[in-house]
This record gives sequence, C-alpha cells and structure tokens, in this order.
Amino acid sequence: MTLAVRFRDVSIMFGDRPEIALPLADAGMTRAEIQSRTGQVLGVHDATLEVREGEIVVLMGLSGSGKSTLLRAVNGLNPVIRGAVEVHDGSGMVDVTRCKPEALRRLRQSRIAMVFQQFGLLPWRSVAENVGFGLELAGLSAEQRRSVVARQLTLVGLADWGDRKVSELSGGMQQRVGLARAFATEAPILLMDEPFSALDPLIRTRLQDELLDLQRDLRRTIIFVSHDLDEAFKLGGRIAIMEGGRIVQCGTPREIFSAPVNAYVADFVANMNPLGVLTARDVMASGSGGPEVPAETPVRDLMARLRATPALTVTEGGTPVGQVTAASIVSRLAG
Amino acid sequence: MEWLTEHKIPVGDAAEALFGWLQRHATWAFDALAWAMERLIEGILWALQTPPELAVIAVVVALVWRLHRTWKVPVFVLAGFLFILNQGYWEETTESLTLVLSACVVCMGIGVPIGIAAAHRPRLYRLLRPGLDLMQTLPTFVYLIPSIVFFGIGMVPGLIATVIFVLPAPIRLTHLGISTTPEALTEAAAAFGATPRQTLWKVELPYAAPQIMAGLNQTIMLSLSMVVIAALVGADGLGVPVLRALNRVDTGLGFESGLIIVVVAIMLDRALRIRG
Repeated sequence: MTLAVRFRDVSIMFGDRPEIALPLADAGMTRAEIQSRTGQVLGVHDATLEVREGEIVVLMGLSGSGKSTLLRAVNGLNPVIRGAVEVHDGSGMVDVTRCKPEALRRLRQSRIAMVFQQFGLLPWRSVAENVGFGLELAGLSAEQRRSVVARQLTLVGLADWGDRKVSELSGGMQQRVGLARAFATEAPILLMDEPFSALDPLIRTRLQDELLDLQRDLRRTIIFVSHDLDEAFKLGGRIAIMEGGRIVQCGTPREIFSAPVNAYVADFVANMNPLGVLTARDVMASGSGGPEVPAETPVRDLMARLRATPALTVTEGGTPVGQVTAASIVSRLAG
Repeated sequence: MEWLTEHKIPVGDAAEALFGWLQRHATWAFDALAWAMERLIEGILWALQTPPELAVIAVVVALVWRLHRTWKVPVFVLAGFLFILNQGYWEETTESLTLVLSACVVCMGIGVPIGIAAAHRPRLYRLLRPGLDLMQTLPTFVYLIPSIVFFGIGMVPGLIATVIFVLPAPIRLTHLGISTTPEALTEAAAAFGATPRQTLWKVELPYAAPQIMAGLNQTIMLSLSMVVIAALVGADGLGVPVLRALNRVDTGLGFESGLIIVVVAIMLDRALRIRG
C-alpha cells in the first residue's frame, strides 16, 4: 500500500514564541499548564500518523482536542512548528511544511481538496460557479470547467440547481455543493473538517451514506474530522482519537471499541451505539450448535436471524469458534 | 500663565515653513498634478458641454434606465434635468457635475487601492487613521489657502480641496468591506490554491462590493457638498450663483441656485442607489 499522507512528530503551537513552549510540551505538560506559564497555546503535539491511499481516517476528539488543527496542517493552513507533514504529490512524498508557496499552491489546486464545516461557499455566486471555483483558480477556462461541473452536480444530485444562488439552498444542499467543489478538482486527497456537524441529524445520516456510496467508486484518500464517535465508526476505516492536542489511540473501530486505552476513550465508547460496530466475534460465547455464520457478521444481522433460531455457530475460516445466543448478545451489550 | 503665553508653540510658523519648503522644492510635482487634473476636467467638461443638451440628457437617462430597469428613477432624472434647463442652469450644472465626476475618478482611483492595502496591513491603517480624521475635520477653508498657493485660482484647486475632504470616505468604506470578509471565505480560497491576487479579485472585492458602492455614493454626495466652497477658489459651477447671491443679499437667486444643487443631489443619489 502506498502512503498518501504522513504526519511525523507534528507539533503546532499558536503564539509569538512557540520555541519556549515546546520543551514544556515535551515534558508532558497539558495545554492549560503551558498556556499559564508561557502564554502559548498548544495546538498539536508530537502527532504521528500514516494515512494510506484510498482509506478513510477519522480524527476524532472533543472540541479543542486539536483534530481540526492537525487536519489543517495537511494543506498548510496551519503552520507546523516542528516535525513534518508529507503528502504524496503523484511522484513522491513532499513535505508541505517546507515547500515553496508555489509548490504548496499546486498541491492545493490538484492534490488536496477540502470541505468545511461552515461550507465556505461564495454566496454571491451560483451553485455551478462555486463548484467550478477550484478549477477556476487552477486556470481552467469557463469552457473547460463546464462539463466537469455538470458531472459533479449530477454526482451530488444537484443537476437542476446549477444556476441558483447558493443562498437559496438549504444547509444540506449547500454542503453537497461543498462536496462537489472538492470532488471537482479530482484531488486524490480530501480533507473534511466536520463537514456534516452543522446539519440536522437526518440530513447528516443521509450525507454520510452518500459519501460512503461515492467513496466506493471514487476511492479517494479521506481525512475526516468528527466529534461524534458514531459518525467516526460509520465512516472510518481507522480512527485516531485526540485529547488535548495529542493522539491517544489510533486503530480500527473494533480495536478502539474493544480496548479503549484510557478513561477519555472509554467515555466516548460508552456513549455510542454499539450495534453498528459489534460482530459475531464480539458477542459469541463458548459452545456450538445451530446454523453457521461468519465471525464478521454484524450484530444487527445476528439478531434478525436469532428470531427464527435459538443459537448460531460462529465460524472463522470454516472452523467453529463459538456460539451466539440471545443471552450472549445481551450479556455483551450490558457489560 | 505668563510663561505659557510667552512660549507659544509655533504651529502657524511650522505650517508656513512646510508649505514654503514645498513651494520652493516641489513645484514640479504640483505642476504635474495640476496638468493631469486639468486634462481630466477638460475631458469631462468637453463630453458634457459639446453635444446638444437634450442629447446628453438622453444618454444619461438611458444609462440610468440600464442600471435600474424600472421607469420610475429615469423619469425622475429626466424631470430633474428639464427643471434645470427651465431655470437656465445647464452650464453651471455641467460644471458642477464635472467637478463631482473628476473627484469620483480621483477619490475612487486612490481611495480603493489605499483601502485594500490598509485592510491587509492593520498597522498601515493605524498610521492612516489620524490622517483621515484630520482630512475630514480640518475646516475646509484652511486647506483652501495652500491649494491657492500651489494651484492658483480655478477648477483645479477646487478639485484638490474636494478630494482632500472626500478621500477618507472611500478609504474607510473599502477598508471596512475588505477587512470584514469572513475568514471562512478567504480560507476556502487558500485551501483551493488561490494566489493573494486571486483571493482579492474573486473573494474580497466581490464581498466588499456593497461597501465600495456605498463609498462611491458618499464620494458623490460629499463632492457635491463642496461645490460652494470650490466656488470660493474660483471653480465654476452651481456654487458661483450661490456666492453671488450671498454678496448681493439676493434671496431669490440664492434659493433658485440652492434648489438646483438639491435637485442634482437627489438625482445622483437615486440614480446610484442600486439594489443588489
């Protein structure tokens, strides 16, 4: 697997004298302690993370945990004080923290696109003009933009809305415009900064589903920021959980769900809906008997099947490894 | 107390010395400035006075119609022009319009770029602000005096005095519009690889357009308010009959010419008030 983005010991500090605050951060001090001693605000400290091509990684944490700050380092919107953020530019890894403004602009125009929580659309422009914005900045003529824009609008279900003003659209539709704008540049890396947080829950769920549908065909590398673990588990192939500017745990949803490293992560996990994550492996007890199901079967499917039969045999690679009953599911959910 | 009055700070002497120095060493700059202003004024005056009155009026009314796409405002502007013709003030009106238009060209041409620069450099704006306050609060007559010294008598010193008084308005409003552009928008532009120039033209200026238009409107109104003062330094226009009426204590002439100024002001204001 090739890498798309690599964070190497990334530290981000806000303030006029970050160099005096870094040693304190290295000594393990919290953001509040550093701020009261030096007046500098810790954004991110020593974050290391590798993102492979085509995967969705979710940066997850409470507000102020540094997740957006880390995301915005990928396209250079936030300056990195120490460490490196490397992005695959088509031929090799380029460190965005050290490249020239011209090279950074080229990366932003063609390699990294972004979707914002507050949409960031230009309200005086039409929907189509907003979708074509990135292409326009890259120097494409109106003629060249037209077909790309039309295709993106169809993709996000706004084919008939191209001539409307953005301000006439609902929030959910505006964010579809934001998605189409990001897709339009065909950048292989997508940064999504809580794109669905400003939307109401029904629209949010629908857009999450649409994003997953689109991702099946487009196979972009997506770094997604969220404060909602349900959203993170639904979208993320892997999740990096951040607290106070540091990455505290990184892994697949299952790994995080079954083995939270500290109370902060456990607290997140306790407040989420486990039905979307658990599989037969997680809810089985010892024993055997009943029809066979693979170990990766989602718990929702198991419950549906348990209405007809009292027990299911869980198999892994053809060999039975355990048994699922209504009682084994209940005891896992309760515990 | 005595000590205080005996040691007067030489404000007047300093100003005189400054203007004296400028007159000795920078005459060429003022001459060049005057030459450019004269060409501008001549050009506009020629365009307004060479064709027949009704042709000029027709063109202006057509332009207003194009801006508004309703019949109300163009009809009002037409009625205003006919009233001016009826009262016999066409020549003075074109002269005053020339002063207003030249002031617009100069003030917007200088004010918008300065406003943009100030919005991008907060420190520059802090430096500019006392200057802008001074330009707007210093009694106009005070800088009429040096402008006569540098530019003599006529339209040019009137235009210079007008520009000094009016210029802060477009600077302030452009600064306001550009500096209040939401960060979310400039950041989105940056994220898609915009150059600073692209951000200015595609995000900041369109966002600030309503404020910049308000700056244009203020520029016009404030310049019009200067026509009587410009007449004091020999600028032609609607200010001349007002001053003449004052000298002769001629109430009728005063009201007549004053009303024309009001009519021109309302016409310009309505014509330029475009709903976005």
